[in-house]
Amino acid sequence: MNRMLMMPVLLPFATAILMLLFQRKIVLHRILGVLSTTLLGVTALILLHGVMREGTLALQIGGWDAPFGITFVADTLAAIMVAITAIIGFTTALYSIGTINTEREHYFYHPLMQLLLMGINGAFLTGDIFNLYVWFEVMLISSFVLLVLGSRPQQLEGAIKYVTLNLLSSAIFLAAVGILYGMTGTLNMADLAIRIPLLEHRELLTVVAVLFLITFGVKSAIFPLFFWLPASYHTPPIAISAMFAGLLTKVGVYAIIRFFTTIFTSTDATLVHQLLLWSGGFTMVVGVLGAVAQYDVRKLLSFHIVSQIGYMIFSIAIQSPLAIAAGLFYMLHNIVAKTNLFYMSGLMRRIGGSYDLRKIGGIYDSYPLFGLLFLVPALGLAGIPPLSGFWAKLLVIRSGLEAGEWWLVAIALGVSMLTLFSMIKIWNEGFWKQHPQSDYDFATSTYHHLGRLDKSMIITPIVLLGLVTAVFGLWFEPFFTMADHAAQELLDPANYIESVRGGTL
Amino acid sequence: MTFLLAIIIGVLYAAGIYLLLRRSMVKVIFGLIFLGHAANLMIFTVGRLTKGSPAFVPEGASQVLEPFADPLPQALILTAIVIGFGVQAFTIVLFKRTYLTLGTEDLDNMTSTDQLPGGKS
Repeated sequence: MNRMLMMPVLLPFATAILMLLFQRKIVLHRILGVLSTTLLGVTALILLHGVMREGTLALQIGGWDAPFGITFVADTLAAIMVAITAIIGFTTALYSIGTINTEREHYFYHPLMQLLLMGINGAFLTGDIFNLYVWFEVMLISSFVLLVLGSRPQQLEGAIKYVTLNLLSSAIFLAAVGILYGMTGTLNMADLAIRIPLLEHRELLTVVAVLFLITFGVKSAIFPLFFWLPASYHTPPIAISAMFAGLLTKVGVYAIIRFFTTIFTSTDATLVHQLLLWSGGFTMVVGVLGAVAQYDVRKLLSFHIVSQIGYMIFSIAIQSPLAIAAGLFYMLHNIVAKTNLFYMSGLMRRIGGSYDLRKIGGIYDSYPLFGLLFLVPALGLAGIPPLSGFWAKLLVIRSGLEAGEWWLVAIALGVSMLTLFSMIKIWNEGFWKQHPQSDYDFATSTYHHLGRLDKSMIITPIVLLGLVTAVFGLWFEPFFTMADHAAQELLDPANYIESVRGGTL
Repeated sequence: MTFLLAIIIGVLYAAGIYLLLRRSMVKVIFGLIFLGHAANLMIFTVGRLTKGSPAFVPEGASQVLEPFADPLPQALILTAIVIGFGVQAFTIVLFKRTYLTLGTEDLDNMTSTDQLPGGKS
């Protein structure tokens, strides 16, 4: 079972190499992409099942015992994240077939997507902070190339901001890792969790914690470090945007959860937890205010990513078991709903002819079913029962009330209203009103001219993720139990430490 | 030695951040490179400096004799240099390409992705 831990990393890696060997065979790339992500899904489910049954799994790479070698660890949180990554990877592989043009595909689009998945999975599974840095870089460099693939002026301009700020955060990460190593003499997360409470010289601890907060704050786009996100996420083709929107920022959130529960407990870094709390509040407000001002669907959704991250950060900062569980469930719900909305925005452009809400309209008249497909993730995101967002927000608000953070709860509720408002804005402008060109013929749209296969490749991911959102909402209990279990593990790292060191010491 | 390195690291950080705040893309690249170097030297320094005693097991002995230089920070730096090299190479190509496409290297002119499309800026 423990060897399964490597599979989520090896599988995309092997697929990428295989694709590069058959460089010119685009059809093969597509098939391999779908096949590999399907297998990834199966592996992730086996892993999740194993973790639920046997508890946290650990694998010492190369047989070097912890804390000397690199450890791969899957606790419930990591296993859940890998599973959701597989789902998004699979749907994006399908969506790419329908939407990415052949020129991009010739320039290694599919192998890069696999390498991105590898980096993301590696970041979730590693139990070593320097190794985490390496996976972040794997993920970043793949995302850089995907972002500029095609080199349109907008993409390049967005990429400059994305690349510069992310490299800056990597440099800070590296320095923080170095200082922490100098203080504790270890890089293993479990070992750090043991040694940090015992440190004699604690002066630098807050500094290091804040450096990590800045690093992961940039990656997860929290206030006031999010500016690169709305400047770049809307520039690449929609399949790439959707993948980034769903997963990349959440890797940052995952790292924040991992660092500020397992490694730095709230007694070690009180300042950071205070900062997180208020940053969460500001992130929600600023993100949603940015969103309501936008008319470009992709930019509107990009600002929403920021706003939603605020909810997760807020609940992580509260640090009660319920709050962490709420944050995790929120993250799962958000990854699915957000990716789906991006897919939908691509479909809206193909039907209506533009991403600009002022230039499209009337989709509901011509394609009423797509209206329904849009409403599932949109109302889910806004938090309308019985969809997943309702439960996610209910949990966040409840844990906020229990912690006595009245102001932040009020902010969260207000932001929720504005989220609903901006979703209704997309609905009114894109689906409900007449198309601004009164003679616009939907039979001339790019969507109408797509082949049957391409059409189904665009619709299937939207339907699948819509179903997931509905399932999260209607069968909420098992998912919450899982998130709750993960939260318990995070707040009591003894189990994690035991699994990492148990087999060897 | 530690004192000297600390000064150098400080200067590199200061220069890196200063360059990063400039409007010219070339300076931004140099800023990023400086920050990378500063971080590498910092790992080296906070990992404790031990002069002239590498972590080799002497002949006849079964383990390394104290004091010995910790090899791990060196391994970290090596990895970080390699990664940094790759990423910087990519960044330079990206900046060059951006310059050729947009015809400007002034970062203040690159605001189109931040503006509301069609609205007033």
